[in-house]
Amino acid sequence: METMNVQEHWQNMALDQVPLALAGHEVPWVREARLAAFERFAARGFPTRRDEAWKYTDLSILAKRASFAPDNIPPDAPSEAALNAWMLSRQNVHLMVFVNGHYSPELSYPRNLGPGVQLESLAGMLDENAQLPPELFDAVHEHTVLDALNTAFTTDGAVLRLAPGTRLKTPVYLLYIASGYGVSIYPRNIILAGEGAEATVIEHYMGTLDAHNFTDAVTQLELASGVTIDHCKLVQEGSAAFHIAGVHARQKAGSRFVSHSFALGGKLVRNDITSSLDGPDCDCRMNGLYLLNGRQQADHHTCIDHQAPRGTSRECYRGVLDGASRGVFDGKVIVRPGAEKTDAHQSNRNLLLSRQAEVDTKPQLEIYADEVKCTHGATVGQLDEDSLFYMQSRGIDAETARSLLVYGFLNDVIERVPVSELRSRIVDMVLDRLPQGESIKELL
Amino acid sequence: MDAANRQLDELISRDYQHGFYTELESDTVPLGLNEDIIRLISAKKHEPEFMLEWRLQAYRHWLTLSEPHWAHIHYQPIDYQDIAYYSAPKSGKDGPQSLAEVDPELLRTYEKLGIPLKEQEMLAGVAVDAVFDSVSVATTFKDKLADLGIIFCPFSEAVQKYPDLVRTYLGTVVPFTDNFYACLNSAVFSDGSFCYIPPGVRCPMELSTYFRINAKNTGQFERTLIIADKDAYVSYLEGCTAPMRDEHQLHAAVVELIALEDAQIKYSTVQNWYPGDKEGRGGIYNFVTKRGDCRGARSHISWTQVETGSAITWKYPSVILRGDESFGEFYSVALTNHHQQADTGTKMIHVGRNTRSTVISKGISAGLGQNAYRGLIKVLASADGARNYTQCDSLLLGHRCGAHTFPYIEVKNPDAQVEHEASTSRIGEDQLFYCTQRGISPEDAVSMIVSGFCKAVFKELPMEFAVEAQKLLGVSLEGGTG
Amino acid sequence: MLSIRNLHASRDGKEILRGIDLDIQAGEVHAIMGPNGSGKSTLAQVIAGQPGYQITEGEVAYLGQDLMELSPEERAREGIFLGFQYPVEIPGVSIAMFLKTSLNAIRRQQGLPEVDAMEFLSLVREKMKLMQMNEAFLTRAVNEGFSGGEKKRNEVLQLAMLEPRLAILDETDSGLDIDALEVVANGINGLRSAGRAIVLVTHYQRLLNYIKPDVVHVLAQGRILKSGGPELALELEQRGYGWVEQESKAVAA
Repeated sequence: METMNVQEHWQNMALDQVPLALAGHEVPWVREARLAAFERFAARGFPTRRDEAWKYTDLSILAKRASFAPDNIPPDAPSEAALNAWMLSRQNVHLMVFVNGHYSPELSYPRNLGPGVQLESLAGMLDENAQLPPELFDAVHEHTVLDALNTAFTTDGAVLRLAPGTRLKTPVYLLYIASGYGVSIYPRNIILAGEGAEATVIEHYMGTLDAHNFTDAVTQLELASGVTIDHCKLVQEGSAAFHIAGVHARQKAGSRFVSHSFALGGKLVRNDITSSLDGPDCDCRMNGLYLLNGRQQADHHTCIDHQAPRGTSRECYRGVLDGASRGVFDGKVIVRPGAEKTDAHQSNRNLLLSRQAEVDTKPQLEIYADEVKCTHGATVGQLDEDSLFYMQSRGIDAETARSLLVYGFLNDVIERVPVSELRSRIVDMVLDRLPQGESIKELL
Repeated sequence: MDAANRQLDELISRDYQHGFYTELESDTVPLGLNEDIIRLISAKKHEPEFMLEWRLQAYRHWLTLSEPHWAHIHYQPIDYQDIAYYSAPKSGKDGPQSLAEVDPELLRTYEKLGIPLKEQEMLAGVAVDAVFDSVSVATTFKDKLADLGIIFCPFSEAVQKYPDLVRTYLGTVVPFTDNFYACLNSAVFSDGSFCYIPPGVRCPMELSTYFRINAKNTGQFERTLIIADKDAYVSYLEGCTAPMRDEHQLHAAVVELIALEDAQIKYSTVQNWYPGDKEGRGGIYNFVTKRGDCRGARSHISWTQVETGSAITWKYPSVILRGDESFGEFYSVALTNHHQQADTGTKMIHVGRNTRSTVISKGISAGLGQNAYRGLIKVLASADGARNYTQCDSLLLGHRCGAHTFPYIEVKNPDAQVEHEASTSRIGEDQLFYCTQRGISPEDAVSMIVSGFCKAVFKELPMEFAVEAQKLLGVSLEGGTG
Repeated sequence: MLSIRNLHASRDGKEILRGIDLDIQAGEVHAIMGPNGSGKSTLAQVIAGQPGYQITEGEVAYLGQDLMELSPEERAREGIFLGFQYPVEIPGVSIAMFLKTSLNAIRRQQGLPEVDAMEFLSLVREKMKLMQMNEAFLTRAVNEGFSGGEKKRNEVLQLAMLEPRLAILDETDSGLDIDALEVVANGINGLRSAGRAIVLVTHYQRLLNYIKPDVVHVLAQGRILKSGGPELALELEQRGYGWVEQESKAVAA
């Protein structure tokens, strides 16, 4: 887009597009929050590659879309058969299904949540002006301008509240289905966990093959002291879809936040995953993988912000790039003054399998405290020739050997996922893309 | 640990040794920058027309640029109209023809800095070009080098004597469009060193330029161009100092290195510009563009730098690995103390096949110092078999300083192998206790540990410089055996 | 030489030594044994002056002076040597550089002339031969990338070079194979002399087959529960530590 009139352009668009019928439109603070957020977005418009944080993410095609207004009419529900094929599991989960950004009660099975657990649709809560802290929509929570756009247009999402001490054994499973041409979807998930609570949340974004959707999602997690949250995100959007998302956690003393991110589908997938370790003795883990082909691009921009003493963070990202795909890892670890005895380690490893593929990696450390142990490492390379030879010498054909090595390389990240259904789905998806993957499946 | 911190503070807060000012009559142009000033500088240097044209082009382009602000540094805005862009000691209007004509006061200045310019007193095996403010005041061993066909002379002399060589190579590695500071330098650069090593010649001595900023309110904008023709070898050293002043002074240099087939250039810097006082007053703003071009197959360029001075250091000595099987290296020690800020690193651009690069960076932060490594490893689709290994380590001394690592890795070739490792730590209590338990004082223990930390870089420096560098870090060890 | 009275020491607020009494005379070899976590290493570290421990009570006299007044390097220069259980890595600093700096710091204190590079080399070569160490070791960075056995040999090499008055060897036998153990034990035995005291901190009796102690102490729960002759070590080997603790409880009751 031309730089000249970013603001004017978006202001004009706002008049046409900030729809008056979004969730909570009758609640003054919600309306104000949306308009203020739109102002913030409009002031800058879509980022360009001149913005350092978007150096490797080209949104120019996206910015040319005719409309960004959320589709406000829930489409027809997908067929039962299709749903079953997409779904990780219907058993052993608290299921909420969203179709083109709107909660679908008839497809969902929240089950018996037990005492101390509340799981609801955000749109419903906003409409009823149910108790939600309005500051969740404040600018301080925005890490990118797309987060502001989400606040302006939020369609729906899940709100999970856990009373102190609640241990939710069964994972919460949020399935987002996108279908149809050119829809814009703005999911907003909010997880508020009281002291000592524990839960696992899965976000699964599934797009039909031809869906040209644009998803701009935000997930906020507030972890009180002693909380443990595992957040798993699987992006399996259609091959023409844009998926841009923020996952932002804030951790109080002694909490543990584990993020798992798997980018396996979509034209452009970008996740900005951040955690602010506000209290002492926090633990933060970020695991991720991207396995790309064709002209896909997947970006992970992570930021682990150690604000208090004795925090631990471990980050492990792996990427495999084939075809003309591009993988971007931009991981930052900040250790603020006073965050003594921080122990942070970050690693990003990539395999480039094709001449047209590209990897850009930018592991960063910003350290302002001295009693710390921080390391990072990044590699780009090929499969280990010695390992290949070793396998071949045991009679395994070269192609299978290669696939096995790629599988092993990625499995290091996959096996950290705490939900077996999700693990096996990801393993299947990985193997489906590898030559001889079928025969490896038999070995498992 | 406090003992260690205190000690290091003492070690590196020793007063700046080169802060004196030499009373000399100087010929300084009026403050400010415009086309007339550029014409004046060019006229003072009796430059051929092409040089003036090039400068003016650069100046016009500079007017379209704005100061970059992406680096992890903070400073008051620089007023580019409040700087004198040329200052020269008055003695010998057209520059001294021999050492006998050099103002004795100047010679004394260099002696005081530990750089005797009289050849009989010099360190054998080091030829020196001494640049004082805007001009080169002396070049030693010129004749001896000329016998081998080696040209080593002030840049201004090269422009007159070897215009074709200058014209062929100037700006081919760092074009004036490259960046704000390089562009400014192209417009106003006053002097620097020029060096050409003919094919097959191995330069028998270290070539060295010693830069000294003396005059007040001046900027120093030197330009160095080194060409190693086919199968030639040269090792080049650069040293810098400046007087202590309360105001900041700008230094914006450009260094271009060109290595043709099988040639090797080794470029070492010990940068000790005045860093400012303990409160952050004064000090040099050091915005430098250094780049080497491995133009020929199997060529080899290696940068080694020890950066202890300057209030702000902004430099990224880089190598473009164009020739097949060419090799680039970058070894750096950067120390920031008090209010010093450094944003330094390298770029290794792999273009040719089987190109290799190695990057070793050691940052030490103390006091309120901020030290950032910023590097780019770029492997283009053409660079089959490219290899890079990068290691960046930071050592923090004290809890008010910062150490940052911003590496960029961009790989477009599936046959490339790129490996980056970084760590940040402080001197461990256990390390310190282990040393003191062996009777070593905490001071010596810190020195020893810091020097061990920097060892991988120091060993790349020529002997004389390695000693100087250790001293600068305040970590010299009595009789320490390697 | 060393006299410890009612020594209490803690780390991060947790009391580890709870009233140690111990006397060591020149020429003696003491073995301090005890189960894991009993405070053996702490005692060794406290004598050497590790700054992470707080002395909350008691006193330690060494050659008639208050040891607690001295910094770790002063203690070292007065002749106290601690062989570390986990020797520390110092990247980029060669053993030669380290050891020479150390040796000269100690010699200065003793009023001896410093050794120059040549003297140092011939001295260290002689000691390395004794320890069956390859000379290439000298140029390696201190403990960096060393195997467990190499680290321990390096400790004993330093012991031999620095010739301390009081050597405290913290689990110098752990991680050694039988051949290396013999080399290390021979090195230590070679240093036994009338003017020197040696304290072996060890978990097993194995080392004591090679180095015969004059006195054996059992340390548990931060106190010395029992002291005796070499036969006590053998008894511990057969019966474990449990009975000593039982016995001392019975006494206390």
